[in-house]
Amino acid sequence: MPDHGVGPWSAPAYAPAVGLNDIRRWAIATYWPEPPPALYVDPDHAATTRWGGIIAPRDFNPFTWLLDPPPRLPEETAEFHHDRPHVMNGGHADRYGEPIRPGDVIGARRRLRGIEERTTRLGRTRFVTTEQEWTNQAGGLVRLRTNTLIRYAR
Amino acid sequence: MTDRIDPDAPRVGQTTVPWSRRTDIQSWNRYAAVNDEFLYFHMDDDAGVAAGNASGAFGMGNLRFAYLHNALLATFGDDAVVEEVSCQFRAINQKGDVLTVVGTVTAVAATAGSTLVTLSLDVVDADGRSTCPATAVVRLPGVGRPDRTERA
Repeated sequence: MPDHGVGPWSAPAYAPAVGLNDIRRWAIATYWPEPPPALYVDPDHAATTRWGGIIAPRDFNPFTWLLDPPPRLPEETAEFHHDRPHVMNGGHADRYGEPIRPGDVIGARRRLRGIEERTTRLGRTRFVTTEQEWTNQAGGLVRLRTNTLIRYAR
Repeated sequence: MTDRIDPDAPRVGQTTVPWSRRTDIQSWNRYAAVNDEFLYFHMDDDAGVAAGNASGAFGMGNLRFAYLHNALLATFGDDAVVEEVSCQFRAINQKGDVLTVVGTVTAVAATAGSTLVTLSLDVVDADGRSTCPATAVVRLPGVGRPDRTERA
C-alpha cells in the first residue's frame, strides 16, 4: 500500500433542510426506551433554554435517507480495499460549532487524512482516517469530524 | 459517597450521572432507521459471525457515541455547550448488553464568562469492561471564575 497523505477536499454536498420530526425521531431512537429530553421535542421548554428553541443532539446526522447520496472518497470504498474486505468503525473525534436547528441546510465536504497499516490481533490492519466538515446555510462551522475506519482481511 | 458533578461548581475528580441502556435489536433497529445504517452485521446473526463476532449481530459504535452525548446532557443540563467528543470503539456491543456511560472530570479551566470542563469517559458493559473510551470538553456558560484552573 503506497503512502496516502492528506487529500483534497471534496465538492460540497447538501442535506435536505432539517425537520422537527427528524430531530424528534433521532432523539427517540437514541434514548429508547426512555422518553427523550424536552430540549429536543418540546418547543415550549426549549424556548426557555439558552438555545431559544429546539436544537438537534450534537450527534445528529442530517445526511440520511438521501435520494442522491454524495459519492464517497475513493479511499473509503470497498473496491479500493479489496484485499481488506472486513471493516469496523475505529472511532470519532468531533469538534462542534453552531447547533443544528430545524430548517438548517447542512453542507458537507470530506477529505482523506491518511492511511496507515499496523499489525493487530486482526492481522495486518489498515487504518483509514478521513475528515468531514459540516457547515450551515450561514457558513458557520457545525461539526468537524475525524473518523477512522479499520479494514482487515481476517 | 460518590462525588457527582455540580454543574455550578465542577471540580476535578467529580463524576458524571450514570446513564445506562440495555441494548438489543429494539435499540439497534431504531438507530439504524434514523441513521440509515442498515449493515447486515448489525441485524443478522449469520452476518455478525461472518464479520468475526461469534455471538452474532452486534451494535453500532455510533449508538454508543450518542450515549456519550446523552450522559453529558444528563450531567450538565440543557444550557451546557458540548464542544468536543472523541471516542474509540474498542469492544463489541453484544446483544443484551447493559451499557453504562461513566465519566470523570479531569480538568477545569475558567475563561471569561464560562468554564471549560474536560472529562474522561467510557461506555462500560455490565461487568464494568471498557467498550468505548472517550474524552469530552464541555463549556458551561456563566460560571466562569478567572482565578480557578484545575488539572488532574
